[in-house]
Amino acid sequence: MNPSADAAPILALRGLRKRFGAVVVADGIDLAVRAGEALGVLGPNGAGKTTLFGMVTGTVRPDAGTVMFEGRDVTALSPARRCRQGMARSFQVPQPFAGLTVFENLVAAASFGAGEGERATYDRCAAILERCGLMARANERAGGLRLLDRKRLELARALATRPKLLLLDEVAGGLTESECAVLVDLVREVRAGGVTVVWIEHVLHALAAVADRVVVLHGGRLIAEGRADEVVRVPAVAEVYMGIPVDA
Amino acid sequence: MSAAPAAPAQVSHGTRASRIGLPLFLLLLVALAAAPWWTDRQGMRLLGEVYAYAALASLWNLLAGYSGLVTVGQQAFVGLGAYVLFSAALLFGVNPLWGIPAAGLLGALAAVPVAALTFRLRGAYFAIGTWVVAEVFRLLAAQFTALGGGSGTSLPASVVASIASGRAAREQLLYWLALGLAVLILAAILLLLRSRHGLALAAIRDNEVAARSCGIEVDRTRLAVFVVASGGAAMVGALIFLQKLRISPDAAFSVNDWTALVIFIAVIGGIGRVEGPLIGTALFFLLRETLSQLGSLYLMVLGAVAIAVMLLAPRGLWGVLADRLGWQVFPLARRLEPRAPPLGTAPPPTTRHALAGADHENRGDTR
Repeated sequence: MNPSADAAPILALRGLRKRFGAVVVADGIDLAVRAGEALGVLGPNGAGKTTLFGMVTGTVRPDAGTVMFEGRDVTALSPARRCRQGMARSFQVPQPFAGLTVFENLVAAASFGAGEGERATYDRCAAILERCGLMARANERAGGLRLLDRKRLELARALATRPKLLLLDEVAGGLTESECAVLVDLVREVRAGGVTVVWIEHVLHALAAVADRVVVLHGGRLIAEGRADEVVRVPAVAEVYMGIPVDA
Repeated sequence: MSAAPAAPAQVSHGTRASRIGLPLFLLLLVALAAAPWWTDRQGMRLLGEVYAYAALASLWNLLAGYSGLVTVGQQAFVGLGAYVLFSAALLFGVNPLWGIPAAGLLGALAAVPVAALTFRLRGAYFAIGTWVVAEVFRLLAAQFTALGGGSGTSLPASVVASIASGRAAREQLLYWLALGLAVLILAAILLLLRSRHGLALAAIRDNEVAARSCGIEVDRTRLAVFVVASGGAAMVGALIFLQKLRISPDAAFSVNDWTALVIFIAVIGGIGRVEGPLIGTALFFLLRETLSQLGSLYLMVLGAVAIAVMLLAPRGLWGVLADRLGWQVFPLARRLEPRAPPLGTAPPPTTRHALAGADHENRGDTR
């Protein structure tokens, strides 16, 4: 399902700026994500991708600019409130609630993020665990999971909050080909359910399989935009991302 | 919900261990409630002290073990509660029994500004900050000349007599109050941990950033649990000094008595489990009653025990029992039970509904 070009943006960033000391990680970013769209975000390490997610979800306060979610300015809202309004994210380095079981991780996210009574979340959390391949680990402590299962848990916990906008931060990193294919199917399915997806990823073929549009971030600026196969041919992208000089 | 014929998820809170453990624990409570009939005054006093420590250690465990708030200033609220009770009785003529809930209320209220000051600090700085606040409380109490200033004061005989008629009746009443208060505090902690707010506390303890990103209001949740735990500590403090009948700033705000020993109990019993402080209290009193005649050697033994537990069993004694033998007294787990597929059928189809997006019609942040 491709969103029509004139669909209202679910997320609109205007003039986002952020610097850490002398390092500029966002230099006036303008970006609109349409409802139902799947947007890929590419960029070399240090390009400011994760900081961008931080500013969208509220864990990083921008120096300037606004974040609009469903037409409302959410720049001053706490991460928790943004989550309850329908934003969810996964973390690049998995951040499980280590002392809780996998199932409890989801119940916590579902009952607070989606604002449901605890018992009302059980069925949905069980179904998410099943779909994310975590059912066999449901009653294990999340702190003891191996990397693949930690990545799955990141995604599962984000889904438990019933997001309208799902921000994925390198969930495919470190996965094998077949694991990656399963993940791509899963993200497609989530999107087919009406969830808007913004996905930071270095695994280009995974991104290309899901994203309608890809933007490339470098030095805190968006330097290219288009379909995945198009943007990688943009000379400036080839230079910063692949290390190939433009005038070579 | 989808029409998929998946059976509802079965979640159990108890285990076989808790189905045995909980009735045994309740039997123990009944036996303890009957203590006035099977022990003497000395025994009741000792048990009263046990209950006070079990309650304080449980409250400290709620803060440190479940919420990540490692406080070294619990004595601030123990002392405050004691001073509220003495002030109410001596200055306003209030029956000292009413002083206990009053102490709880004022302790909870006082926790709000204390939190405003100390919650800016993290980790070790928070621990030291709470200790400093407790010292300030102690110094302020020493300025309180109406209650004897630095040397303290005693409850006059008339006030003591107003608690109950006769010494035996008074000691029985205070014994039951101590047991009742400990049970009340334990029950409140269990209810809290059984609710989704218990999950929120553990989530905050484990990962604050992820907790915020999952919709959990970290600051509000922490404040709420700090306020409740402080109110509880103040009530325990009021009751402890009602039993002692005498108060002084050094005794009421003693970091050794009301925090260091409490931390010792929680550490040897097991932090982050409700059973830990209870078993730790039993162990501490066992050590104290058998070794206290050794003088300062007794303290060295306590120190050695604490070091040994931290090195050999960092999850405490109950942690070892729970991990190795699956022991559990209170049904606090949330175990997702495997679903039995219907006989003769394929596994249920993928439950897509779970992954579908938000219900855009019915969703809205009304919180």
